[in-house]
Order: sequence, then structure tokens, then C-alpha cells
Amino acid sequence: MAFAIQFVIDVLSLGGAYALMALGLVIIYGILRLVNFAYGELIMVAGYTMYLSSGSGLPWLVMAALAVAMAVLFGILTDYAAFRPVRAKSVTAVLITSFAFSNLLQNAALLFISPRPRNVPLPDIFSQTVSIGGAITPVRNLITIAASIVLLAAVAFLMRRTTLGIAMRAAATNFTMARMLGVPANLIISSAFALSGFLAGVVGILWIGRIGTVVPGVGLEPLLVAFIATVIGGMRSLPGAVVGGFLLALIDTTLNYTLSQDLLKFRDAFTFSLVILILLWRPQGLIKGPASGQRT
Amino acid sequence: MKHSYLTALILIAVIAAIAIGSQLIGIRLYDRIATNLLISLVLVVGLQTFMGNSGLLSFAHIGFMGLGAYTSAVLTIPAQMKGMALPDLYDFMKVVEISPLLAMLAAGVLAAVVAAVVAYPLMRLSDAASVITSFALLVVLYTVMNNWSAFTNGPRTLFGLPKTTDLPIAAIVAAVVVVVALLFKESRTGKLLRASREDEVAAAALGANIPHLRWRAFILAAFIAGIGGALWGHFITSFAPKAFYLKETFLIITMLVIGGANTVTGAVAGTILITFAYEGLRGTESALNATAIGAGQVVGLTEIVLALAMIAVMIVKPGGLFPNREIGHILTRARRKKETVA
Repeated sequence: MAFAIQFVIDVLSLGGAYALMALGLVIIYGILRLVNFAYGELIMVAGYTMYLSSGSGLPWLVMAALAVAMAVLFGILTDYAAFRPVRAKSVTAVLITSFAFSNLLQNAALLFISPRPRNVPLPDIFSQTVSIGGAITPVRNLITIAASIVLLAAVAFLMRRTTLGIAMRAAATNFTMARMLGVPANLIISSAFALSGFLAGVVGILWIGRIGTVVPGVGLEPLLVAFIATVIGGMRSLPGAVVGGFLLALIDTTLNYTLSQDLLKFRDAFTFSLVILILLWRPQGLIKGPASGQRT
Repeated sequence: MKHSYLTALILIAVIAAIAIGSQLIGIRLYDRIATNLLISLVLVVGLQTFMGNSGLLSFAHIGFMGLGAYTSAVLTIPAQMKGMALPDLYDFMKVVEISPLLAMLAAGVLAAVVAAVVAYPLMRLSDAASVITSFALLVVLYTVMNNWSAFTNGPRTLFGLPKTTDLPIAAIVAAVVVVVALLFKESRTGKLLRASREDEVAAAALGANIPHLRWRAFILAAFIAGIGGALWGHFITSFAPKAFYLKETFLIITMLVIGGANTVTGAVAGTILITFAYEGLRGTESALNATAIGAGQVVGLTEIVLALAMIAVMIVKPGGLFPNREIGHILTRARRKKETVA
């Protein structure tokens, strides 16, 4: 029983984090058909903001809010630096600029801060554990679950009930048509980047809360996770991203528990092989989104 | 068709000029840079055969280069050194020791076989999903190289490869690869693939089996990457898996994209340009470190400048320096125009 609870909590907390990461990526992809390689760097930005503000003596929550705000700011910056100038050009051009921007941010962190890991301030609650039904669980896992439930609900509400969300979904379905009906394109795109940055910031804090330190390459793993989750779930569907995130967490956690130490090193290779199998079966991903429209 | 011969001729002449030129100057550092340049050329032109013709970005290329480098290493490290260089190697492999040339071929073939198996399902995917999965493939290959200690000595440095790659060999391989890339571009597969790049739906409607065409190009690219990896391995003689990851991927993609992914000329021009820029920036970086203003080491400056250059090129000239015509084509057109004027 304790094992089952442990397993479920592991899957849910990992899956919650994965789902948020994937959601942040798919919001951009769904509307703009841009695979944002600089997404992982938003997580890095959140981490370094925490590190840089750690000496300021601010309460932790203020620091966390600051970190999220910086991630939002850099999300919007991605739009201006990597996306807007090449929006009308080919998909490959956009991919390449976002890849270049990602490299730019990483190396800027390398140059101006340090290649070595930096400690991030965390409240005590992140390192405490509780016992639920005999299973000992770090409290941060429960925080992750709670945060992901709240955020997923908030994003769902935003997308379904608010004018902004409806406009975004309209833009994702048919950008040209949405523009003709008076949806301001630049505003929608900037808000999508801001929302993506917001999710990245929150995930960044939760993710770095697990590791405790931040390095310039910290964004790579979340980026990969988000990539794979979105591919499994269906590149253009928001619910698909969430399903993909939880599924990937289930696969990862199961492998964690079942593989021997020798094989565990290859976990990523196994995960990705499974992904290839899923894609063989459903090249569109599990949940098909709206048909793709033009971007400009 | 005639201008393709001209292109091949000009590009081979450029390669020869680089090789002979640096031999004539006779400074060893230049020799190293020139050899490095030619090896990068092999890799970038290899990537061009897939990316240029299919229009899909592939991140996995460097992974196949690593595969080639390790294959060749396992096959050529002298038997008496294997105990030290690869302590966990399987017994039956310990006695194997073949000539580097054969090993290079084996490296290419193995990379191509692995590519053929893993890429078959992936080639069905459309633009963004295919880019993402190729990125995942790079991570898988890196994970395997990093952990399969028996063959790769794990994350530690593998040493003891015989140094057999020199400037003439690199130049010959680069020239052959350029010719192969041009031939492939003009072959039936290449033409159909380029048609699918321009308009996927129209090409499919005309009967092009797009996943299959892409698959062939991907295998060819992996084969060339494997060869390039072996070439590099026997030049550098000791390396670790982290040599085959994002930094190098960024570099070869920069080279290809700035030069122009759609043309072999672009691949060659981009490689030459970026190699010089890279060496210049590295020099500046170490000069800055030597003067030691400020406390820390200057790292990452080169990449920052290259990234800015890449974004600038994408904004100003999204097709790169040679967006769609090979150099031979440009020259024949220019001459014809002059004739009609006169």
C-alpha cells in the first residue's frame, strides 16, 4: 500500500511538472508554429534570478515572484529577439533563431555569472518530508502537485472563459481568419510568450527546488521533457500536452522502479525508444489538435 | 547539368587551395586549423545532403559522428593498448585491430545502419515533430555513448587512437564528400526530395514517397557523418562523449545555415567562413584571458557572437549566403547574361 501511494505521488508530482513544461511549449507552438528552443533558458533565467536575489534579504515568496516575473520578461524578449523579425519567413528560419537565442542566453550566463553551479535559496519546507499512509514523501512533491493542479485549472479557465484565451485559441486554429475578425496579432503573440514564460518560471522554481542549484545548462532537461511530452500528446493540442506530460512521467517513474542500476543509466534511451514506438502507432500524437493554419 | 561539373570543379579547387596553401605556409597551427576545417566540411556537407534536400532540420548529425568516431576507435586501437584504453571491452573485441581506412568505412556503415533502423519511423513526421525527435535522437545517442562503458570508456576520455588523419587525407575525403553531395542532389532521389521540400502536398500528389526519400537522404547523411567522425577521431586521437553534443551541433548548424543549407556551395562557404570567425574569436578570448582583466575567465564569448551572427543572417538573408544556386550555376548565368548584352 505504502508503495502504491509512493508510486502515485511520484507520478503525479513528476507528471504535474512535466505537464506544465509541455503546456508552456505548446502554447507557443499551437499559435505560432514555433518550436521555442529558448524555452529551457526561461527556466534558467528564473533560477539565476533566485540566485542573484538571494543576498537581498527579501522574503522567499517575493524572490520567487521576482523570478517568475523575469521569466515572463525574457519570454516576451524571445518574441522580440528571435521570433518577430523572422515571423514571415520559413519555419526553419524561426527554429534556427530560437536555437541561436537559446545558445545566446546560455553563454551569456556562462560569461557573466559562472560555469559552476550556484546555490538557489529555498525555504525549509522544500527539504522536509511527510509520511502519508506509510510512504515517506518530500513535501516539495506535494507542493508540485498542488501548484500544477492550480495552474492547470487556471490555464484551462483562461483558455476557455476569457476573451484573451478565446482569441488565442482562435489564432491557433486560423491565424489569418482571427486577424480579419479583429484579433490583434502582435498582442496575442506577446501574451502567448508571456504565458509561456510564466509557466516556465513556476516550473523553474519547482524544478530547481528539486536540484537546489542552477547551472547554465539547467534548462536542457526540462526542454527535452517538454519536447517529448508534446510530441506524444500531439503538437497542437493543449490537453494533449498535459496528457503527454503525465504519460511521460508514468513511463519515467515505472522505469525508475523496474530497471536495475546498470540499465537505469540508459533510462533516457529507453524512454525515447518508447516515444518512437508511440509515434509509429500515432504519428500525429495521441490527441489531434486543430488543423494547422498559416502563421502570418 | 554542365554547371554542376563547374561547381564540383570550383569546390574541389577551393579544398585543394586550402590544403596546399596551408602546407606551403608551413606553420603547424595553420595545418591543424586547415585539417579541422576540412573535417568540419565533411560533416557540414553531410548534413547538407539531408537538410538541404529535404528542408528538415536535423540535430542528430553530431550523434552519428560520435558513433563513427567510437566505432573506428574500437576497431583500430592497438590490441596491446586496449586493456588500458577500454578496460571493460568484451573479450572477443579485444583482439580486433584493423587498418584505419577499413575502420573508417566500417564507421560510416555502422552509422548508416543505426540511422536506417531508428530513422525509419521518424521520417513520417512533419516539420516540427521531426525536428524535436531528431533532437531526442541526439540525446539518446549521447546517453548511450556516455554510459556504454564497454565500448566508449563511459564519460571518461578515450585515448590511444592511431593518428592517421593528416591534411591530404582530410582534403581527399572532403573532396569526395562534396562530389557525392552534388551527385545526390542531382540524382532522382535528390530531385524528388527537393520537390517535396518546396511543396510537400504537390510532390506527394505526383507520386513521391516522401518518407522513403527522406529516409534515404538521412542514411546518406549518417554515413557521411560516421566517416567524418572516424576522420576526426584519428586526427584528435583522444576524446570524450561530450565532444558530440550540443555545442558541436550548434557549430555545424551555424556553418550550414549561414552558408545556405540548400546548396553544397553554401555548406562549403559557411564552413570556411565560420571556421575563420571561430578561430579568430577563440584567439580573442584567450588573449582576453591572458591579460586577465577582471576576475573570471572569459568563456562563451565566441558562441554569443556566433549566435548573434546567426540571428542577423536569418533576419537579413534567411536562405544564407548561397540560398538556392550553386556557384557554377551563378557563374554560367553571369556569363550568359554578359553574352546576351554583348
